[in-house]
Amino acid sequence: MEKRLFIKGNEALARGAIKAGCRYYFGYPITPQNEIPEYLSHALTKVEGCFIQAESEVASINMLLGASAAGARAMTSSSSPGISLMQEGISYMAGSELPAVIVNIMRSGPGLGGISASQGDYFQATRGGGHGDYRTIVLAPHSVQEMHDLTLLAFDLADKYRNPALILGDAVLGQMQETMVERPYHAEELPPKDWTLSGASGRKPRLVKSLYLKEGEMERHNWKLFEKYKQMKREEVRYEVSGVEDADLVITAFGTTARVSKTAIRLARAAGLKVGLFRPITLFPFPEEALLQLARRVKRFLTIEMNTGQMVEDVKLSVARDADVHFYGHPPGSPPVPEELLASIKKVY
Amino acid sequence: MKQVFKRPPSLKDVPFHFCPGCHHGTIHRLVADAIDHYNLRERTIGVAGVGCSVFVYEYFDIDVAEAPHGRAPAVATGLKRVLRDRIVFTYQGDGDLASIGMSEIVHTANRGENITIIFVNNTVYGMTGGQMAPTTLLGQQTTTSPQGRDSLLAGYPIRMAEMLATLEGTSYSVRVALNTPANLVKAKKAVRRAFATQMSNLGFSFVELLSSCPTNWGMSSLQANERVEKELIPHFPLGVFKEPKGTEPL
Repeated sequence: MEKRLFIKGNEALARGAIKAGCRYYFGYPITPQNEIPEYLSHALTKVEGCFIQAESEVASINMLLGASAAGARAMTSSSSPGISLMQEGISYMAGSELPAVIVNIMRSGPGLGGISASQGDYFQATRGGGHGDYRTIVLAPHSVQEMHDLTLLAFDLADKYRNPALILGDAVLGQMQETMVERPYHAEELPPKDWTLSGASGRKPRLVKSLYLKEGEMERHNWKLFEKYKQMKREEVRYEVSGVEDADLVITAFGTTARVSKTAIRLARAAGLKVGLFRPITLFPFPEEALLQLARRVKRFLTIEMNTGQMVEDVKLSVARDADVHFYGHPPGSPPVPEELLASIKKVY
Repeated sequence: MKQVFKRPPSLKDVPFHFCPGCHHGTIHRLVADAIDHYNLRERTIGVAGVGCSVFVYEYFDIDVAEAPHGRAPAVATGLKRVLRDRIVFTYQGDGDLASIGMSEIVHTANRGENITIIFVNNTVYGMTGGQMAPTTLLGQQTTTSPQGRDSLLAGYPIRMAEMLATLEGTSYSVRVALNTPANLVKAKKAVRRAFATQMSNLGFSFVELLSSCPTNWGMSSLQANERVEKELIPHFPLGVFKEPKGTEPL
């Protein structure tokens, strides 16, 4: 049954987690994501789950590691500085092939920065973030509806690949309230969890580890992880594309900036400018191939971000030499407004 | 002929990599003894710290998770909250538990997590080559305190068992040593009691074992045992600092 709700992004996300079967949450307070732990501290008690307010983000991520090793669907959430603290644990989880959902409701940085929306953690999210050669699945919602829907997907993808999945939202998406539709959820068909720790009863002991010391082991393990990332690139790329058929210029943007770009594109179209939108929904795997195909037809791109230029590097790598890629950056403090983006469109059109 | 002594079944039949005279092997044996004494092998999950402790999974015939340095109590928390009817223990050294993992151990104890901590205190970072630990004694020479630990520079050796005993969440906190047969017998009882505490859902149990590290102390095994007696025990007194109310010592 469908249910319409007028709800905050952070709460939509938390509702999605419960619906996805997440029963364990570990987190530490930080603005602008506090509605997530606040909601779950209550909601998890109703489904015989467990909420722990950890002593730090470092502890949160390692509790998550333990719960995941035990086979549970579990998550944590934080905002940029807290996500930095979690990077050690995320690296261990990627190395140990543990699934979990990690939510980053980005705020501005570097350092303590501020609590306003930012897209400054794109590099951190899409390049692994911690030490070692690994990737996490990164989903970028641009509406309250997607804060909810992509959370469901994140749990499925994490389990499918035995890999951490990140949701990269921001302060605007977490705090804004809009209508969403809640639909029934059916988990994808997923591989059996035949690796979880439960006590070696009637079977050989299992290990969850990322230490490989024997000759050749570490190399083999890295190539094994690499094969998973390749499979993600083949099977999990998601993006939204609109108005590109007749476009002279395509805007590439994710999350909140894609949202603002949509309005800017309407203004541009009204002024007779043929502008389209390409919005990556998976930031890793990045929709390289789709962008390359698009670049065969459209020769001018404008990447818009709430930072000084991060995703634009992936856009440039994707389109190779087939198109000109321009960039408009609006570093955090306040989100960009449509008129400002329209001006940036006119400048490169 | 009757067999009166054998390897606990929870301990795999493989040679230890530990240095001669190191107490890790003995401590592994004591933990395996407790697991088998209560018939827990098939429902126990170990969490390995980082350092010489990390190879727990090579020696125990049980499920094991490897934790980042110092984070074993947090990992154990996650495991135990999901698997409430299983037995979860961490095995950590002094650098892991008392330095980088101080926050996790204190808060895990304070939450009264129903898990068991095996804390191996040998006053030095073993695996990395003998650097100063938070438990290094004043005046003790290490590779990073070549003139001996100076309190003005590096503070004082931390007494974990006493410190954790001050927390309401801690149920059982004890310090034992392994340098003499008599101490070994007490240590065996303490480890068993820690697991029994968890089995009875009495909450957080903590066993600190004073251990030798002849390699990094630069002495023979026998000299190392003497050092435990003459230098470690005077600073780290043996004894029970907290025990669950209403339970009898085993």
